[in-house]
Amino acid sequence: MSLSPIDEAALTEGPQAPGDAVPEAAAKEFVGRSPGQLAWARLRRDRTAMISGVTVVLFLVIALAAPLIERLYGVGPYQQFQGQLDGAGMPLGYAGGISGEHWFGLEPQLGRDIFIRLVYGIRTSLLIAFVAAVITAGTGVVLGVVAGYLGGWVDAVIGWIIDFTLALPYLIFALAVVPTAALRFYGPRDNPPDWFKMTVIIGIFAAFGWTATARLVRGQVISLREREFVEAARASGAGLLHMAFRQLLPNIWAPILVSFSLALPAYITSEAALSFLGVGMVDPTPDFGAMIFKSIDFMQTDPAYLFFPGVAIFVLVFAFNLFGDALRDALDPKSSR
Amino acid sequence: MVRFLIKRILTAVLTLTAVSIVAFLMFFALPADPVTGMCPKNCNTERLERVRDELGLNDPKPEQYVNYMKGIFVGRDLGSAQGGQCDAPCLGYSYVNSEAVSDTFARVLPVTLSIVIPAAVIWLVLGVGLGMVSALRKGTVLDRLSVGFSLTGASLQLYFVGAVLQLVFVYTLHILPTPGYTSIFDDPLKWASGLVLAWWSLAFLFSAIYTRLSRAQMLETLSEDFVRTARAKGLAKGKVYGRHALRAAITPMVTIAGLDLGSALGGTVITETTFGIRGLGRTAVDAVRLGDLPTIMATVLISAFFIVLANIVVDLLYAAIDPRVRLG
Repeated sequence: MSLSPIDEAALTEGPQAPGDAVPEAAAKEFVGRSPGQLAWARLRRDRTAMISGVTVVLFLVIALAAPLIERLYGVGPYQQFQGQLDGAGMPLGYAGGISGEHWFGLEPQLGRDIFIRLVYGIRTSLLIAFVAAVITAGTGVVLGVVAGYLGGWVDAVIGWIIDFTLALPYLIFALAVVPTAALRFYGPRDNPPDWFKMTVIIGIFAAFGWTATARLVRGQVISLREREFVEAARASGAGLLHMAFRQLLPNIWAPILVSFSLALPAYITSEAALSFLGVGMVDPTPDFGAMIFKSIDFMQTDPAYLFFPGVAIFVLVFAFNLFGDALRDALDPKSSR
Repeated sequence: MVRFLIKRILTAVLTLTAVSIVAFLMFFALPADPVTGMCPKNCNTERLERVRDELGLNDPKPEQYVNYMKGIFVGRDLGSAQGGQCDAPCLGYSYVNSEAVSDTFARVLPVTLSIVIPAAVIWLVLGVGLGMVSALRKGTVLDRLSVGFSLTGASLQLYFVGAVLQLVFVYTLHILPTPGYTSIFDDPLKWASGLVLAWWSLAFLFSAIYTRLSRAQMLETLSEDFVRTARAKGLAKGKVYGRHALRAAITPMVTIAGLDLGSALGGTVITETTFGIRGLGRTAVDAVRLGDLPTIMATVLISAFFIVLANIVVDLLYAAIDPRVRLG
């Protein structure tokens, strides 16, 4: 009985000791930095990371401020400029009708401004990609932690679901599901509204995209499961929720963040591909994939129409990919990519 | 080994059954009326009702499913309007194409294989080769170039690359004919010249991923003890890198290649649409546009079958390449 207070004191001091000792002993030479601060410092030093990061932020700002840009630019995404097309419906002037008024020229036939349509296209694209990435990351983390931590039959079932999902040909499935869903809810005559198509596309991404995160998290959790701090938490009676959110997740947020940032460009690409194939967003909604699909018909007569959306989506995806890679380097300096 | 194979095949059968049930429910049970899309344009109610009856859509759902599966394994009689007796891999009858779905696939499968197989050879050789070289010459100009190449390739859109290639080589330089498919047995030269753009645009994008992965893998392998030991005992550089390191580094690549088959199938859908070549992918896209349910269903099943098969092959190859792997 008399010994217990001392034991308790020793126990509470024990884990704190190294953390306290370092700043006290070496306060003059060293500054204590959290892993997050270290990663941020590494990111700041990386020139590629800064440039791609700024580009990413720029795209985000453009997407958010699209209506403001429209007002400043003075042209809307659905406005038609038939007067600036020739008899065959091709834009007058050089390189698809580039002018001070229409920076990237006009679309053949409909005569809509390409620049402002790209601005709104970024909005469509990023909205879908962000929502899909958040949902897949959430699902993947939850299922990954549950499978990795509980193990046994739960792990086996989740593992089988992952294998099953991977066996489904995603693109072909998406091709088939989008029109079927539209037919189910809107019938063959009506054209479903944008929000409905976006929801279906996000739903498909959510159904197929969580497997990668789940596998990653599961692997990480399995390697953490046998560590002493987890054992200690379990011994002191921690429940599954406490275990997942207070013990395990703080240790694996870095790979999750990296996979989230690399999922974004993947969804941007997939969404554009679906729209290219005619099952994603359709005209008149501004969208990269749909624009490129239309531009292929005018490839020989108006290559500028193909060029601008193609380059725009490349820069967007490239910036996200570069930034995701730089983030990985900053968070995990040991990795060699 | 045998036990592993049996276990693996049983899981595969289970997975395929689940895929077929999900696909069946999605495409035959979910739509408000699956027939409207399947019937040719001038359809009156009477004919619609007959089609519905011929397709067995008035039967209970489980019975429909069993009939469909029975058709795949032993064949079944579809009735006179659907071409009568349908032999063993019977995937139904398409009103849109006016032929049995299996006949359509027999025609388009060689087209898709003609695109995917040569493209896969190019991207594996190019990707793994570049990755290996840049790992061995880490930090040099060559390394930076190949890293840049892989990042660029990973960010490009297949249809954009395809369109640009077509614009340059077909419409501007006039070196190549308009892309199209000719059987390799009829005219190998025409076969190659009609598909070469499809191969390279597909290969360019996919090799990017492999360059990245094989570079990382090779760097990791090169830092392992057995490589140092092999060098220390006086083995020539070429032998160490070409034999020991390559073999260890290539194992994970095999897994990825197997898993990638799904996205490669997706890639052919886009490639075929871009170049206007009628293969499996284009057929699927057209079937979706025209609401041709039996064809869509069959595409999903066939693709899933190939993916599951590829995964089994990968597991076996894995053991063949890396003797450390214990199957069980």
